[in-house]
Amino acid sequence: MNVLIVGCGRVGAQLAALMDAEGHKVTILDITANSFRRLPSTFGGTAIVGDGTDDSSLRKAGIERADALVAVTQGDNRNVMSAQIAKHIFNVPKVICRIYDPLRKDIYDTLGLDAVSPTTVFAQLLKSRLEST
Amino acid sequence: MYIIVVGGGKVGYSLCKALLDEGHEVLIIERDPSRCEQINEDIGAVCLRGDGAETSTLADAGTARADMVVATTNGDEDNLVVCQVAKHKFSVPRTIALVNNPKNETIFKKLGIDCTVSATTLILEHIQEEVPTHVLVHLLKMEQQGMQVVEVKVPPHSPAIGKRIEELPIPATTLLSALIRKDTAPVLPKPNMVVNAGDKFIAVVIGEMEEQLRAALVGA
Repeated sequence: MNVLIVGCGRVGAQLAALMDAEGHKVTILDITANSFRRLPSTFGGTAIVGDGTDDSSLRKAGIERADALVAVTQGDNRNVMSAQIAKHIFNVPKVICRIYDPLRKDIYDTLGLDAVSPTTVFAQLLKSRLEST
Repeated sequence: MYIIVVGGGKVGYSLCKALLDEGHEVLIIERDPSRCEQINEDIGAVCLRGDGAETSTLADAGTARADMVVATTNGDEDNLVVCQVAKHKFSVPRTIALVNNPKNETIFKKLGIDCTVSATTLILEHIQEEVPTHVLVHLLKMEQQGMQVVEVKVPPHSPAIGKRIEELPIPATTLLSALIRKDTAPVLPKPNMVVNAGDKFIAVVIGEMEEQLRAALVGA
């Protein structure tokens, strides 16, 4: 699979490393080159400096050939915009974005975006851990 | 009308003042507490502190009864989300987004924002109109099918000079709607009229045909 990851934070970098290790073609985009320090030395994919909400940066990162895009920058709104550009402008088959704010996630769920709210997921995880002990 | 302005920067602040003068009910949502305080001191208690992209802030602002939401922050992604949340969560009838990067205008339209305003594009167009050597000026943009009203001036070196209008390779979907000559009233361009240097045409053109129209009247 040809995967484009927007945002090279802890999650982005780790996801990139995992997908790369499984033999997928990974491209990771971030606005600051310094973020790429989080990638492991074994990372065989492509790291590109660029803005994930800018269509020419996305083109440069090969969005037209991407099978999937994952938006995991620090900003909910940036992720939403990036994901919508991928889905509605470039018709990327699979698009997933992170939205910390659970209420905003619900709205974009109804608008057809595949969104994950770490807030909700983590709270549920903690709750089930609490209950299991 | 009840209008919510998100972002209390230069644009948001001036817009709020103008709307208040026109007698509308206006509320500004601004993230920065000190800016908020400053606005409230300047023009009365119109500023709510908060993140306009957050559902709870918009709920506090009474967005459900707002007639219009205008997003004027300097982040395009924020303006996009503000408008989408207002429209889909609170069913606001009209949403307007300020677009900082002109490239985002078409993207926002495709993503369902009712109306976008690009300050950069507006300023550029104004400057272009003032430059005398500029041969094709955009006068008006229409919502449907990317239609534009443009003014084209026939320069001295144009291949169109001395030819009849019917002989020119004007693109089929383009409508030449007025011909303006020095010291005369505007006339309707007729197929047998001969083009002179300095003639000005007002035309309705669909976006991608603009280059062909320019080539026909201006040349390479």
